[in-house]
Amino acid sequence: MEAINFNVDNGYLEAIVRGFKGGIINNNVYSNLTQCETLEDLKLQLSSTDYGNFLQNEPSPLSTSTISEKCLERLMDDFEYLRANSVEPLSTFLDYITYGYMIDNVILLITGTLHERDTHELLEKCHPLGAFESMPALCIATNVNELYNTVLIETPLAPYFEKCLSAEDLHEVDIEIIRNKLYKAYIEDFYNYCQKIGGPTGEVMGEILKFEADRRAINITINSFDTELSKEERTKLYPENGLLYPEGIAKLAKCDDIEQVKVALDTYHDYAAMFETGPNNSAEKSLEDKFFEREVLLNKRSFEQQFHFGQFYSYLKLKEQEIRNIVWIAECIAQNQKDKINNYIPIF
Amino acid sequence: MGFFTNIKAQSVYYLTATLLAVTALNLVFTGKGEEFSFGNFLLQTNPYLWALLGAAFAVGISVVGAAWGIYICGATILGGAVRVPRIKTKNLISIIFCEVVAIYGIIIAIIFSSKIGSGHGGNGFQSRSFYFTGFALFWSGLCVGFSDLACGICVGISGSSAALADAADASLFVKVLVVEIFGSIIGLFGLIIGLIMSGKASEFDLKA
Repeated sequence: MEAINFNVDNGYLEAIVRGFKGGIINNNVYSNLTQCETLEDLKLQLSSTDYGNFLQNEPSPLSTSTISEKCLERLMDDFEYLRANSVEPLSTFLDYITYGYMIDNVILLITGTLHERDTHELLEKCHPLGAFESMPALCIATNVNELYNTVLIETPLAPYFEKCLSAEDLHEVDIEIIRNKLYKAYIEDFYNYCQKIGGPTGEVMGEILKFEADRRAINITINSFDTELSKEERTKLYPENGLLYPEGIAKLAKCDDIEQVKVALDTYHDYAAMFETGPNNSAEKSLEDKFFEREVLLNKRSFEQQFHFGQFYSYLKLKEQEIRNIVWIAECIAQNQKDKINNYIPIF
Repeated sequence: MGFFTNIKAQSVYYLTATLLAVTALNLVFTGKGEEFSFGNFLLQTNPYLWALLGAAFAVGISVVGAAWGIYICGATILGGAVRVPRIKTKNLISIIFCEVVAIYGIIIAIIFSSKIGSGHGGNGFQSRSFYFTGFALFWSGLCVGFSDLACGICVGISGSSAALADAADASLFVKVLVVEIFGSIIGLFGLIIGLIMSGKASEFDLKA
């Protein structure tokens, strides 16, 4: 039924986002990029892609951070265009996408404020996708209670904060734990929202968010080894909408080292494959890269269906991966590490 | 939200059922039960009414189908043409395919109107053949209307996919267009059957 009604509100934007997706750099361009000797060459090569002349006005010794900043700016322009033209329920969906980045920004500001860092420096470091109007207001807060109240009032993240922590927690609990708790609440909420929309959106986004939840669960487990985090605390951080939930999560909760994680994930084919280190050259890739690869695969798949919102999410994620790739290549060129330049994750 | 719409739908349903029951029982208990007669209804309704309703439905429903199709593929073509402007001319074919569906309805309505004639002079009940003409035009009108509605939506959805496919890879256009053409043939089936059904009906002719 989506095919009949979807285009009333979203047909134009869907086609636009598919146009944007057509501009994602393909393997031919990547092989040209990897041939570059200097960052100036890179700039020249990029100007023939959808990025165009985005680096034109930059002063001559280019740094990789400028490149990544400008790339992100381009992405933001596109995303803002989509957001400005969207109507319900797509606009809420796009808002949901930004909440993830917003959590990171809030956490950054909170830690910064608690350690009394310079406000401007902090604001510059914030991810533009997660920017919200009252971000500077967060930095003015002097004590933790004030900060907590500002977050509750000024950001759309209030339900997540309220659900999982109180003002005292900001003092006592490790900031990474808070981040993960918030993220768990966010991802479960996003998942439920997508399921409420239903249809192909629910299907496609369900798969992507399930993977996202599992990735977080696995990462939390692996990163928690040899830390103070108790197993009960750790269990509370696992998002409960993934493929692993509930059985795999229960197994993960008992793990003490990476070998046990491998055993726990043995029955989940897609994840078990990531832990295999064969004699082939894929052994060089880190677990993180393999997760990224899987993410790219899932996001590419979402373009195989029409009339759903997943494409908007996937476009953003693919573009983010592309920026990571460009930055990786630029870093390799800048630091003369040509042998590692092919470790980017190809998209198309 | 879902809960309330459910209650609304249910109350409408029960209200209608109660009203119908009350009317029916009222007729039966006052000794006028025979007044509710479907056969009588058909006999007493003017054949001109049936014929004109047929023409109206043929055009009306076809145009809904065409409009629906055009907005589905039109929105996509608009968006797709922003980054890949070359698709805009080629994909007008999808719009034309949808438009054709409305033309089917209009053709049928014009043919019907020639059968209906000027209509003055008689009250519509002069001859047996008037009944046949009325019913034939009504049902062939519905047949054309609904097949065109389905066809319009079908062409619209496949046209929107065609635009996206063309934008991504120009060589795909012809291949997807074949699918679209088969979709647009559905409407032709309705048109043919409508023509055959109404072809048997004679004109409303007072002399016959």
